[in-house]
Amino acid sequence: MSDAVIVVDNLSKRYRIGESLRAADSFRERIAKLLRAPLDNLRRVWRMTHFDDEAENILWALRDVSFAVKEGEVLGIIGRNGAGKSTLLKILSRITLPSFGSVRLRGKVGSLLEVGTGFHPELTGRENIYLNGAILGMRKAQIDASLDEIIEFAGVARFIDTPVKRYSSGMWVRLAFSVAAHFNPEVLMIDEVLSVGDAAFRKRCLGRMRDVAKSGRTVLFVSHNIGVVNTLCDRCLLLDNGRLLFDGPTALTIKRYLEASASDAGAEVFPDSPSDRFVSFERLALRTVNGERKAEFDVFEPALLEVDYTVHEEVDGGNLGLTLKKDGTIILNSFDTDLDDERLHQRPTGRYRATIALPCPLKSGHYELTLHAGLTHVVRNVELPDVLSFDVVDISYDTSLKSYSRHAMLVAPLRWQATPRDDE
Amino acid sequence: MSTPDKPIDTRWTQIVADPKWSLADLREIYEFRDMLYFMAWRDVKVRYKQTILGGMWVVLQPLITMLLFTVFFGKLARIPSDGAPYPLFYFAALVPWGYFSGAMVSASISLLNHTHMIKKLYFPRIVLPLAAIIGKFIDFLIALSVLFLMMLVFGQAPSPAAIIWIPLLVLILVTTLVGGSVFLSALIIKYRDFQFALTFGIQFLMFASPIIYPASVLPERFRLLYGLNPMAGVIEGFRATLLGTTTFPSAMVAVSATMSLVVLAIGLVYFKKVENYFADVA
Repeated sequence: MSDAVIVVDNLSKRYRIGESLRAADSFRERIAKLLRAPLDNLRRVWRMTHFDDEAENILWALRDVSFAVKEGEVLGIIGRNGAGKSTLLKILSRITLPSFGSVRLRGKVGSLLEVGTGFHPELTGRENIYLNGAILGMRKAQIDASLDEIIEFAGVARFIDTPVKRYSSGMWVRLAFSVAAHFNPEVLMIDEVLSVGDAAFRKRCLGRMRDVAKSGRTVLFVSHNIGVVNTLCDRCLLLDNGRLLFDGPTALTIKRYLEASASDAGAEVFPDSPSDRFVSFERLALRTVNGERKAEFDVFEPALLEVDYTVHEEVDGGNLGLTLKKDGTIILNSFDTDLDDERLHQRPTGRYRATIALPCPLKSGHYELTLHAGLTHVVRNVELPDVLSFDVVDISYDTSLKSYSRHAMLVAPLRWQATPRDDE
Repeated sequence: MSTPDKPIDTRWTQIVADPKWSLADLREIYEFRDMLYFMAWRDVKVRYKQTILGGMWVVLQPLITMLLFTVFFGKLARIPSDGAPYPLFYFAALVPWGYFSGAMVSASISLLNHTHMIKKLYFPRIVLPLAAIIGKFIDFLIALSVLFLMMLVFGQAPSPAAIIWIPLLVLILVTTLVGGSVFLSALIIKYRDFQFALTFGIQFLMFASPIIYPASVLPERFRLLYGLNPMAGVIEGFRATLLGTTTFPSAMVAVSATMSLVVLAIGLVYFKKVENYFADVA
């Protein structure tokens, strides 16, 4: 392919995943373990980068991925969390190297995996523009040339000579994005930098992204936001478990992606959460304490709910909540501010994963979860009704002689503490 | 974001599992010279932020140490100074040593301190330790001018050859600094133990260098061996050429210079070998 600017050939990347530590079960063993620890630690750190034995504990973040990108193409890369999107982008932008395979790139490549890398709170807005621009790989002359435009786009002209530690988080993000938006490499790679700032600013960013996409520059765009990928990209890659599952026109790739996500509904969902609210939910998943994803739990098996969400702007009195229904009847409400009052007043922007241990044991039956977010007593901003469902079953315990199988609201094994009495 | 800054060139970059040395590495550092400049500048700019004395600390630190050394090692312990006044004797050693130890520590932990940047962006990784070394160089120059000022006060004229020797000695110092710190920074980002060992190493090296004592306390036949510590040659050279304590120890400095090149080579080879997995272990 003569007009290709990126040629990816059988790219693979492996990581060593955390080796679990066995707990010591005696004092003697604990002492022995303490003395052995330096050796064990050395082995563990060494094995992060050395792959002598092809044993377990190896995660293939990418496996035999090949594709080519033509000059001027706007390519989307989609897939769920852990599919290998970020790893692919990290290799293409040379942050890390592949384990096998190769990439050939033509021209000056720039990547934006986040905005504002290298910002120093003690420096002024103007100083940070230069620092951040230089770290991205811009020359000083280029920064000089676009300085006014950067300041204007960010809308921070009044504070440009104030240290950024005095900035609100919104101003900080706007300035950071503005520098990034004026970064002009020939091949641009972007990873979800859009999920920041208030709604109005995000709209402007999106407009900016459209301009880049139409400017004839080669763009690689990684996102969870199917809508954005759909409007920006002509062609799209679908990654799953490190493998390239599909490569074709965006509409077809998205179709494949949605089909694949639907197949194990219940255990994990990527809800269609409105992106212009103060918070958005990206992913909900149910798992056991061992990390096994499932949608069916035994009565005494604790179910953990993972909620991936992004706080886009700081609001006062905001809360995230869930409602648990059993066979259509509400049995529980929970706010993430119930035990953390501070969150009502302080909720910094950023991406989070909340892990919530659902009550255990639960009575067997069909459960549905509703996720919501809003301002306490004021308005419910986001609501994802019955977005995730799961079942509680009693199979692995023989309950025929127990009370649990009888009709009731709760499963609560009670201790009948009995002491002899002699009151005649 | 209208048009690319430059027309697409025909240069290809190859990304493979095990890249080889090439001139492109040097060209890349050159391409990132603005980053190098701004990182060094940031280092200088924020170092004494929110301090009362600000930049005066640059001068105060070696001055206070010099005073302590003069009182305890000079006046009380009566360690010989090859005839030089104690304040000058100690200050002439503390200026290069202060730069070496300070820059060695901050350059060695520079990668660890910027893991976030390493995980999110590509740039030649060596920029980080180099920027720390350059940032501290400003402090060194200021301390050096204070040394010259003190010599003026004490009526101590440097030998005319100092104009050649001082830059050469500084070059040996910086070469050792670059080699040692790129090696250590690469080691520390993976094996964090070495950041604690670093403090002890620096302390050890301080006693292994002619700082509180002159090299003349060692028997003549050990002097060349002593030069294997590059800082020994540098500091002894500083004293000889500025204070005229001894004749210039050319042989010892030659050993130190050779050793500094060896350190540089080892540092660069190791850094190149491991820099590719920084983002994976950081």
